[in-house]
Amino acid sequence: MSDIGFVRTEMLPEREPPASTVGALGWARANLFSNWFNSILTLASLYAIYAILAAILPWVFSPTWNGASLNNCREILTAAGSVGDHGTSGACWGVIRERWIQLLFGFYPSELYWRPVLAFILLGVALAPVLFSDNVPSKMLIFSALYPFIFPWLLWGGTIWGPIAALAGFVLGWVVYSAVSKTMSSLMGIVLGAVAALVWWLLLSSYFTGALNSILPIGIEVVESRKFGGFMLSITIGVVAIACSLPLGIVLALGRQSDLMIVKYICVGFIEFIRGVPLITLLFVASTLLNIFMPPGTNFDIILRVLIMVTLFAAAYMAEVIRGGLAALPRGQYEGADSLGLNYWQAQRLVIMPQALKISIPGIVSTFIGVFKDTTLVSIIGLLDPLGLSNAIRADANWNGVVWELYGFIALLFFIFCFGMSRYSMYLERKLHTGHR
Amino acid sequence: MSELAIDREIDRSKMQVSDEIAIEITNMNKWYGAFHVLRDINLTVNQGERIVIAGPSGSGKSTLIRCLNALEEHQQGKIVVDGTELSNDLKNIDKIRSEVGMVFQHFNLFPHLTILENCTLAPIWVRKTPRKEAEETAMHFLEKVKIPEQANKYPGQLSGGQQQRVAIARSLCMRPRIMLFDEPTSALDPEMIKEVLDTMIELAEEGMTMLCVTHEMGFARQVANRVIFMDAGQIVEQNEPEEFFNNPQSERTKLFLSQILGH
Repeated sequence: MSDIGFVRTEMLPEREPPASTVGALGWARANLFSNWFNSILTLASLYAIYAILAAILPWVFSPTWNGASLNNCREILTAAGSVGDHGTSGACWGVIRERWIQLLFGFYPSELYWRPVLAFILLGVALAPVLFSDNVPSKMLIFSALYPFIFPWLLWGGTIWGPIAALAGFVLGWVVYSAVSKTMSSLMGIVLGAVAALVWWLLLSSYFTGALNSILPIGIEVVESRKFGGFMLSITIGVVAIACSLPLGIVLALGRQSDLMIVKYICVGFIEFIRGVPLITLLFVASTLLNIFMPPGTNFDIILRVLIMVTLFAAAYMAEVIRGGLAALPRGQYEGADSLGLNYWQAQRLVIMPQALKISIPGIVSTFIGVFKDTTLVSIIGLLDPLGLSNAIRADANWNGVVWELYGFIALLFFIFCFGMSRYSMYLERKLHTGHR
Repeated sequence: MSELAIDREIDRSKMQVSDEIAIEITNMNKWYGAFHVLRDINLTVNQGERIVIAGPSGSGKSTLIRCLNALEEHQQGKIVVDGTELSNDLKNIDKIRSEVGMVFQHFNLFPHLTILENCTLAPIWVRKTPRKEAEETAMHFLEKVKIPEQANKYPGQLSGGQQQRVAIARSLCMRPRIMLFDEPTSALDPEMIKEVLDTMIELAEEGMTMLCVTHEMGFARQVANRVIFMDAGQIVEQNEPEEFFNNPQSERTKLFLSQILGH
């Protein structure tokens, strides 16, 4: 045998990695102190964090929870001895203690606070089977489907027959659809079903509601839209816009890829128009211009108008995010579905959309977060969202001059919601990960 | 490309060509824009035939079999598959697609579904088979391609050869009368080609009508009853494998064979 010949007679066993590369010590070595430059950066960063915390924490932990006004807060702080170069140094938390409930509910009647609270608790119940489909029985989806009718009724109040009439419209549309699609084509069924539902909602349902209400007046106290405000308003607009913009965005994204010319150009035109116009403009249209086009005497609720505009705005962005996901799918997925005989809608629902939406999760959630934060823009057209309220609060003589505390509190609440959404999206991505593609 | 040896006896008892016509293509033409990809294709395939389509890349062989289940649209001529004519009528297209199985070069499994779900999806939604029955059928075919133990894994966790066998099982779950193979082994490592070819041979032994675009000349020689050679969008030569390999007639065929078998 020549000296380059080599034959392995037994395979090498696995061995433990060196102790200095695993555990907390190994982590610190690898990430914090891998060489002298990184060690200096680590120490400098630690000092910077310390300096920032040392400046902020005393301000945050100031004993002013019971302050009755800004001047009262200053007196408390002076008595406690925390006086800096520019007067007293410390937060004035009295404003939050006095006004937090207003920041949450606006001018909603205080004896009816249980209604929005119940509505948002039920929102959690309705979302649970959608968000955590593994851990929650899917029968609860029935409640999720009914929730869109319960939610506005709880918030705005009124007769119980209103939401029931709205629900009846869907039932009517469904009945017409299934009857027509069996005898004629399913396209005719969709069209006629939609027409039947619209006729019901626009023309007939008010008589139905009125008639039943005079026989059986069951209802709760009506709360007008102008009393809505605070985080309740932000969450209402945000949740409705998020929930409606996703299905609308899917339809728009599919329409944009459609082979049918008219459908395609309607979708492209809609998306490009909405994306080309600032949200503020759309909100002004909702608050002022729409009234000009309405027949005189029609009362089209301001919050409903804003909801429609924010939803359309979010849907245009959503459509583009989802189109990105669709574009990322290999052509083979469409061909695989086609070759098995799945029709267009089956292929979209079972094969294409689950994957396209999964790819788009980060973009979709970014859009959700953006929409939720954009709800603060409604303060410009006079709705009292938290930012609108903060201006009103600062106009109060007691709290004139308070800035950081109010905005900090609002920012904290927004952060909790947005961070929650972001974490959920990461959970979802992990859950849906099924190995490499 | 070397010729992979097929090291087992092939049972020819059920490999019988019947008189029933499975596919009939008359004067079919197709263009991509101005480019004439398929030119005057005439081809009749009987039930039970095993046809290998060979040819240089770009010769239109994949396009030809993709026209058979309307993944590509032809512009002229007539294609009749299993008695149904391929036209613009979506009902006909869906019917043909559910009767004709197709296996792709890149498997095209659905990565978000498990192996079992991949196999039951079309039977449940297209054939309206009850889930339990669809799952039993799927397990039957997964056993046939020898990977029942992978049923609850996702495609991304399987090797290429296993994925291709799942793709074959997925097609079989629809109980097709005709199977189309579009270069089923071209994306596989040499070690995995054999397991896929074995599965295809077993299918042929059961009398399945098969059209395979492939470069596996060993498979063509031993399993096919007809080899079709295409070049520049036309059928240049077709013959029984023995004649085709030992006594090619056209110059183009001779050149092709000398290049793929020559070393």
